[in-house]
Amino acid sequence: MKPAPFRYADPGSLDEALDVLVAEGEGAKVLAGGQSLIPLLSMRLAAPATLVDINRVPGLDAVEATGDGVRVGALVRHRQLLEDDAAARVQPLLARATANVAHPAIRNRGTTVGSIAHADPSGEMTSVLALTDGSVTVASPGGRSTVGWRDLFVGPLETSIHGPAVVVDAFFPALPPRSGTAFAEIARRKGDYAVCGAGVVVTLSDDRTVERVTASYISVGLVPEVHDLTEAVHGQTVEQADWAAAGALARTLVDPDGDLHASADYRRLLVGVLTERTLADAAVEALERTAA
Amino acid sequence: MTTKLFGEPVRRREDARLITGKGRYLDDIGAQALAAAFVRSPHAHARITDIDVEGALDVEGLVAIYTYEDLTGPMAEPLPVLIPHPQLHAPRTGYPLANGEVNHVGEPVVMVVATDRYIAEDAAERIVVSYEELPVVVGVDAARDAAAAVHEEIPDNVAARHHQETGDVEAALAGSPRTLSFTQYIERSACMPLEGKGVHARWDPADASLRVYSSTQASTSVRAAIAAKLELSLEDVEVIAPDVGGGFGVKIVHPWPEELLVPMAAIRLGHEVKWAEDRREHFIGSAHERQQRQEITVGFDDEGRITALDVHAWHDNGAYTPYGIIVPIVTATQLVGPYAIPVYRVVVESVYTNTVIVTPYRGAGRPQGCFAMERTMDRIADVLGLDRAEVRRRNLIQADQFPYDHHLTFQDGRPVIYDSGDYPGLLAKLEALVDWPGIEERRAEAASRGKLLGAGMALYVEGTGPGPYEGGHVQVLGSGKVLVSTGLTSQGQGHETSFAQIVASELGVPIEDVEVTTGDTRRFPYAVGTFASRAAVMSGNAIALAARGVREKALRIAAEVLEADPDDLEIADSVVGVKGTPGATIPLRTVAVLSNPLRYAFDEAAKQATQFARAGSDDKPPVAEGDAPGLEHRDYYSPIRSTFASGAHAAVVEIDPTTWEIDVVSYAVVHDCGNVVNPMIVEGQVHGGVAQGVAGALYERMAYDADGQLQNASFMDFLMPYASEVPDVVIDHQQTPSPLNPLGIKGAGEAGVIPGTAAIASAIEDATGRRIASMPISPTELYDVMRSPNAELTAAAGRRTGVGA
Amino acid sequence: MTSVDTERSITVTVNGVPREATVPVRRLLSDALRHDLGLTGTHVGCEHGVCGACTVLVDGSPVRSCLVFAVQVDGASVTTVEGLAHDDHQGGQVLHPVQEAFRECHALQCGFCTPGFLVTIAAGLEARDRTAEITEEEVDEIVGGNLCRCTGYANIKKAVRHAAATMKDAG
Repeated sequence: MKPAPFRYADPGSLDEALDVLVAEGEGAKVLAGGQSLIPLLSMRLAAPATLVDINRVPGLDAVEATGDGVRVGALVRHRQLLEDDAAARVQPLLARATANVAHPAIRNRGTTVGSIAHADPSGEMTSVLALTDGSVTVASPGGRSTVGWRDLFVGPLETSIHGPAVVVDAFFPALPPRSGTAFAEIARRKGDYAVCGAGVVVTLSDDRTVERVTASYISVGLVPEVHDLTEAVHGQTVEQADWAAAGALARTLVDPDGDLHASADYRRLLVGVLTERTLADAAVEALERTAA
Repeated sequence: MTTKLFGEPVRRREDARLITGKGRYLDDIGAQALAAAFVRSPHAHARITDIDVEGALDVEGLVAIYTYEDLTGPMAEPLPVLIPHPQLHAPRTGYPLANGEVNHVGEPVVMVVATDRYIAEDAAERIVVSYEELPVVVGVDAARDAAAAVHEEIPDNVAARHHQETGDVEAALAGSPRTLSFTQYIERSACMPLEGKGVHARWDPADASLRVYSSTQASTSVRAAIAAKLELSLEDVEVIAPDVGGGFGVKIVHPWPEELLVPMAAIRLGHEVKWAEDRREHFIGSAHERQQRQEITVGFDDEGRITALDVHAWHDNGAYTPYGIIVPIVTATQLVGPYAIPVYRVVVESVYTNTVIVTPYRGAGRPQGCFAMERTMDRIADVLGLDRAEVRRRNLIQADQFPYDHHLTFQDGRPVIYDSGDYPGLLAKLEALVDWPGIEERRAEAASRGKLLGAGMALYVEGTGPGPYEGGHVQVLGSGKVLVSTGLTSQGQGHETSFAQIVASELGVPIEDVEVTTGDTRRFPYAVGTFASRAAVMSGNAIALAARGVREKALRIAAEVLEADPDDLEIADSVVGVKGTPGATIPLRTVAVLSNPLRYAFDEAAKQATQFARAGSDDKPPVAEGDAPGLEHRDYYSPIRSTFASGAHAAVVEIDPTTWEIDVVSYAVVHDCGNVVNPMIVEGQVHGGVAQGVAGALYERMAYDADGQLQNASFMDFLMPYASEVPDVVIDHQQTPSPLNPLGIKGAGEAGVIPGTAAIASAIEDATGRRIASMPISPTELYDVMRSPNAELTAAAGRRTGVGA
Repeated sequence: MTSVDTERSITVTVNGVPREATVPVRRLLSDALRHDLGLTGTHVGCEHGVCGACTVLVDGSPVRSCLVFAVQVDGASVTTVEGLAHDDHQGGQVLHPVQEAFRECHALQCGFCTPGFLVTIAAGLEARDRTAEITEEEVDEIVGGNLCRCTGYANIKKAVRHAAATMKDAG
């Protein structure tokens, strides 16, 4: 299990990175944290001709939390995001989801943006990008563009980004007012890719009844999706909301696959259970934030 | 006295190097070695039609490529059937490199040698092997159906039909007040040591000698195999097991193809060559264990006493049978456990499948046997509405029935006669340890939290320390150092410590002066290997006997010097003295010097032994007739038969009825391995075994698809537990010494793993009220059981209200 | 212009000592440490980042050395198991408390996974407030990402508690 030969560059600026990507052509691939990519290389399931390592590109390692949301640079490690209190205040889903990413040694090296660019439907951050209605900034020789999550995820391990380009950041919009979130996973072993995971956002109306409920699931479906579960609980109070009904609705909306660790039916079961559990927690948080 | 260390939790002597990064494992050896990599079959069953190496030839750094065509002499013949048995009527083994046909994914086809492993893999990737695919057999049921054959000339796929019986089971069943029959399955897992296999070979052309390091559990036999296969004199081959990063059984198999091919390449190339198995290779190119289908019929009376037991099992042996039918025999003979079974018949059919070979993994057939017996006990209890502990108690062999003869033949060809034990004692301790009577209360408490709680128990008896023999050598040097060696190997069991404890205690020397070497054929060429919980029993006793020999000689020499009777002497803190006479002493190191009459003094100590310094009669030769120079002794321990350790486990599980996640909330162990050399090490073995038992029950399996592709050949998908998945374990001890060996010890290495699957299956069944007839079980599978209209409810579930309905 | 290479000369401070090596760019850090720098204490158990045997500290943080290329740590500081103990200036070594604890608590059997555990635990214990009593959650988090096939983890967790207590007492 050793990587096939490749050429390697570690440019010192984004422009240089793009230059190298252009020069090296289609066989070039960007390397950031490498925690998903390097195992694929070692197993020779991937064999890019050139790796363009962006770890020495300055300016990509910041977490910027503003009232609008949290911008996460391409070299921000999971751990850094997990420990960023300002980011957690603006969008609590970030820390909650990141805490579920693998184990600490992986979080020390793996990047949040990299895991989004990897587009693994079992990854936490792809789902969170979707649930928060986020986007990524893509730098290419022609300039920068913003790509919304719906346009980004094309299939498992496949994004719409082609040709010489670097995803330089991901933007997660702030949690709306009167809203709460929760995130939960069920994994066979702690730290494994989830058998099923759920992130939810509950937004209350001024009268503190449920106004909007959205959910996104992990390891369910080929690409991240956001499901609107509002109709199951709309107008209900937090105390009396029928979260089980929302869970039941969620089960009808998802289309999971089966694999070694879970049948499709079992995943569907978990979608319901996790929806019910997380919504209850998220609603309590929404209530607290509404009161505050 | 400071030197009586037998039985003490002495801290391990091997740790000093292992915690500082100074261990020497296989891949740490031979920095300049060439690296080998293999092209392995991607198909489970195929004919090789062509091997095209052309594309690899221009890889810079490529040194050599070998295919079957390059093998000569014995290397071109099939690998040995290591343990022949009359009932293994159709043994098959592979070739070091595939000879025209492959029978499992991962079978080696081509060996590449290059300047490093990266380059070897580059070259291997460019070699094109063409195959004509053949029908694939996966799983015991497919093998049994025999719609296709793994080996063309064995159309029924049956390698062996192992059969033992102790009476007329048909008649006994017919005469039984009650009978019940059921079928159950247990799935594959694997040893999965964190260090894979590995071989390093260095040929000295001037000396025409070969040194091989192998990450093995049997260096002496690897040596013999290499000498035979490469047509070398045994004296020209030395094999050393360096620090070995875990074995658990997989490294007892030998010679692995790589153990022959790497030395072959080293000789042909005149350069050291190394192969360090990577994880994927280990999954598809080593060995697995455990898959069986078991059909059981039991006769019993209204009190739950067994009258007859009839077991027919099918054992998946994978593509080949290099290790014979040891696992089926162990299942067949250890199945009866601690119970008196009046009439027993067992047939185990060992069947071929197009999968990785099946050879012992810690427990080696015992977990399957325990699963059969203990689930039978659970079924009897369920039918009769009796407590599961009570049914077991009624069937136990009593403490006054030893030696107890089961009239079966064990894996060593010797009778299954239990030497000692106290099984009612074990059960009583277990019930107290896990608070068995308190389970209903816990169940109610868990129910109040929305959880389903259940408990299960399983008992086992484990034949340990099988022969034929092991040896030990103990030598006291003039420096006072005591060198100890034994031929069997170590994979983390702490032999350097426990064997040193034995010698320190026997000889009366500080443990710091004792140095133990294992698994090095240069030091001790006669050995069998480390398997079947035999190291402490076999080498421990051999070393004790050797130490006693040294002690006897030391006392004899010292007696002459001290002008005393040897019987009046003692050794304490490395000094021989006359009991009760202070001052009449001689250091053991001086005795060692005097034991070797010298002409030449090479240091101060040696002067005492030179010809003009040494006292002695002119009438006697310096070395007495029948004596030998040196204070050393070599001895062997060869047991009349195995010694039988025992234990009892209980598991309590909590199940979340919304997600069907299974949490082992309590795990209790009572174990009895006779006298204990080092309780800290024994407890460590129990912990590790239990973790593997829980893993085998809830997490690990080898997931083959119908095409014979292993779907989970990585640590991502083969769910070896992290700390988060292993429950806390409470342990109680019982000691019934073995009367069979001088130290009174029984083996402890495998015990922890044996009852896990049985106890946890029982606990899940107890919690859910649904029959659990296939293990391991995952939450998704439990969910399937719970909603299946065909799932069988236990009678106990019907008697309880509100549970499992 | 950025150079695109198949081989690089790198300088890495390993266990406090600057080391130079010329490596193919695809050389994994684990292999570079073991085979180019002769530091065989770091072990390779899976080469896909799951087992943790190869864990080393890069600039103080535990990472899987099988999931980093050697060229990527050019200029960085790496600590391996060989660097956990420090000199006692009398020709000997003072073991790190976690090394002592592993021996005292029988937290290793075959020893193959041990270096990965040791560096991970050492970093984990050094990063926490050592005056506080360690919690079970902390212990679980620190040891949670490494596989051991021998011990069943009970004694590894015990060793973490033991080492934390030692470090607490040492202040």
